[in-house]
Amino acid sequence: MLWARELSHAFGAIRALDGITFQLDRGQTLVIFGPNGAGKTTLLRVLAGLVRPAGGSAGVDGGRRSIGWIGHQSQLYGHLTVAENLHFWGTLYDVPAQELERRRAELLARLGLEARAGQQVRTLSRGETQRAAIARALIHDPPVLLLDEPFTGLDRLAADELGRLLGELAARGRATVLVTHDVEEGTELASDIAFMRAGRFVAYGPRDGRDAATLTAAYREVVGGA
Amino acid sequence: MRELLWHAWLIARKDLRLEFRSRTALASAFVFTALVLVVFEHGRDPTAVPTIDLAPSILWVTFSFAAMLGLNRAFQAELENQALDGLLLAPISRTSLFWGKFGANLVFVALVQIVGVLLFILFFNVPVWRVWLPFLLVCALATVGFIAVGTLFSAMVVKTRFAELMLPVLLLPFLLPPLTAAVAVTVKLFAARPLSESAGWLRLLAGYDLAFVSLTTLLFPATVTE
Repeated sequence: MLWARELSHAFGAIRALDGITFQLDRGQTLVIFGPNGAGKTTLLRVLAGLVRPAGGSAGVDGGRRSIGWIGHQSQLYGHLTVAENLHFWGTLYDVPAQELERRRAELLARLGLEARAGQQVRTLSRGETQRAAIARALIHDPPVLLLDEPFTGLDRLAADELGRLLGELAARGRATVLVTHDVEEGTELASDIAFMRAGRFVAYGPRDGRDAATLTAAYREVVGGA
Repeated sequence: MRELLWHAWLIARKDLRLEFRSRTALASAFVFTALVLVVFEHGRDPTAVPTIDLAPSILWVTFSFAAMLGLNRAFQAELENQALDGLLLAPISRTSLFWGKFGANLVFVALVQIVGVLLFILFFNVPVWRVWLPFLLVCALATVGFIAVGTLFSAMVVKTRFAELMLPVLLLPFLLPPLTAAVAVTVKLFAARPLSESAGWLRLLAGYDLAFVSLTTLLFPATVTE
């Protein structure tokens, strides 16, 4: 469903990606942990096709249409309302009008944004904006999710709800790559784990039921710090 | 082609809605146009140079610089929350994105030109209504190619430092041919000369439009790919 083979990329003298290889099938969630500057965001951007890699190849079944992306920024227009933003992005992905209305209502309800639907995005709080960004990423019901620190800015309740939502999506066959610097985040969602440092996977494999504490210890050992 | 035009329409409509909501560039362009025309009206000596000779230059210089305010804004809105990444990730062609931006810019400039002409008639008392149809033709021909180049450059400079300064520096050399032709034709029109006397200039404008709309459409995809 999603694959990368010997991906490499550099920004000047800095190697951002160095020989990244993996494959993800339906229902799998790969959580990539790594410190700032490890190349996690660059990897997601290459997978999404936003950056052309210097070497290797990557692909997603179904192409760009199949990807739902949550990045550091919301990709929402501040002067449009939440509902208008979702309508714009849904239409751009050719979601039929009735289906779009249904998904919009469902996502707004699920993410606790019903009361904010008619409000311009620039007037929302950080957490609300992040929830609206999640709705935007899911509006076309993508089979592949690329998530860059999706829990940033969310309070505990919203983070738990997002965790539940991502778990349900994985159970329904969505393939997900989630990157984060925080080992506590996302561990429960992972079917596979990778530790990333200086553009490389220094550890990669199935999670095998390990909990956050075990992974934190392993992360400290392999990557250093936590 | 139908899909391409539909996506372009969605982007243009979104851009115009954003502009009408925020009114940042439109208000600046209107104020700028009014100020320049007022300054020229009060600063010139009508006994030194006849109004009919001077007015076309004033009008076209005003249009050109007011248009730049809009062009500067064209891709700024996409940087606000990295919405540009969302557009590049969406299953639409880069050409749709370009034509959408190009279309929105044309509407923006047309609005500025309408207000500019009304103020121009008010301040300079030039009988534009007598030649409104050929004048409309000149406005259209002189604007299309220039806006196509401006839209391309706006995308190129938007992620650079000092984008607002870079755009005029890059764009002004490309503005010279249509600006010179537009002024030459407008002088003749205001002097009640037949349009056939300006056939050469009109051909130049049409050729410029054809060449630069084609060229910028071809070049745009490369400017937004990392």
